[in-house]
Amino acid sequence: MKFKLGTLFVMFLLFNCNNSIKSEGDLSIVKIDESQKKIELSTLDFDGLEPYLNKQDDQVYVINFWATWCAPCVKELPVFEKIHKDYNKNVKVILVSLDFPKQYETKLIPFIKENNLQSEIIVLNDMDSNSWIPKVSEDWSGAIPSTLIYSKNKRKFYEKSFNYNELKTEVQQFLN
Amino acid sequence: MKLLKIGMVLIAIITFAAFTYSDNSGYKVGDIAADFNLENVDGKMVSLTNYPEAKGFIVVFTCNTCPYAIAYEDRIIALNKKYASQGYPVIAIMPNSTTASPGDNMEAMKARAKAKGFTFPYLMDKGQNVYPEYGASKTPHVYVLQKTKKGNQVKYIGAIDDNYQHPESVNQKYVENAVDALLEGKPIKEEHTRAIGCTIKV
Repeated sequence: MKFKLGTLFVMFLLFNCNNSIKSEGDLSIVKIDESQKKIELSTLDFDGLEPYLNKQDDQVYVINFWATWCAPCVKELPVFEKIHKDYNKNVKVILVSLDFPKQYETKLIPFIKENNLQSEIIVLNDMDSNSWIPKVSEDWSGAIPSTLIYSKNKRKFYEKSFNYNELKTEVQQFLN
Repeated sequence: MKLLKIGMVLIAIITFAAFTYSDNSGYKVGDIAADFNLENVDGKMVSLTNYPEAKGFIVVFTCNTCPYAIAYEDRIIALNKKYASQGYPVIAIMPNSTTASPGDNMEAMKARAKAKGFTFPYLMDKGQNVYPEYGASKTPHVYVLQKTKKGNQVKYIGAIDDNYQHPESVNQKYVENAVDALLEGKPIKEEHTRAIGCTIKV
């Protein structure tokens, strides 16, 4: 029996965006009044995610695959948040969470709130990873953290962790 | 100033080395896998040559700390239960640096093996030389080997099955299909599969 998954979408609404992650390599925990923000999480299967990997506009897209259970992913998140902040005009950062569905409420949403993540977040829940991983990149073994950077006419995949300067250098290549 | 320059050159070299290292090299299906000699949780050293009667091996790079690896523990135990007697024992190797991931140190491995009742060796890739040679990039990451005249030939690389979350909803038991095919002398349908996993900690 084929395990069917609901297709959904993530709405991530933040009304108080003054706080942001301060330094690279160190997630600063930001306390915000709970009544001021609302996070509604839902998930996409790969068919739902695919359009986000193939936009044809003039922006550069930085797609980071991560999960709250992945320590090196959590460690590098501030780097992506900083890129989101520093290149807000030309670069769109999308954080694709691969968290387990049973931990959306207990781990993922609290994590997003605590760290006040500003980049767009999409939750991917698609069991058939053997089918969709090569569609993201033929070079991807499936290990995370991994990142796809693309623009209209250029595409590069990285199965590695980034520090800020490394990611900035890569993003610059797409902007020039 | 000079120190700064040297520092920058060093950083450049390290960065370059890091990029080079992350290359997806390692074994492909058909390659002959090297043997190893690694310490087991019982303190003894284990090599593939210790299994003269085996027809092959199910080598699983796994660890204590990765949620994906934990999700597959019972299925790894089941693989050994089903196939060790048929000549394909499981050999589990923990590839992480224990400095980067203390929860994977030998004491923790011993505790995990005891708690779960591992019936197969659970080896420490001390020095982290074995996993890059195989080309493992994550946990869990499976290599099915078949003994041939040339050596232990890689026959399958990839995931255990196609559903980490729900063992009861699995459609494709990739490793079982591969070993069954080898036992029956048939070609393996899917020799290479992919799944999400935890990057190996260096």
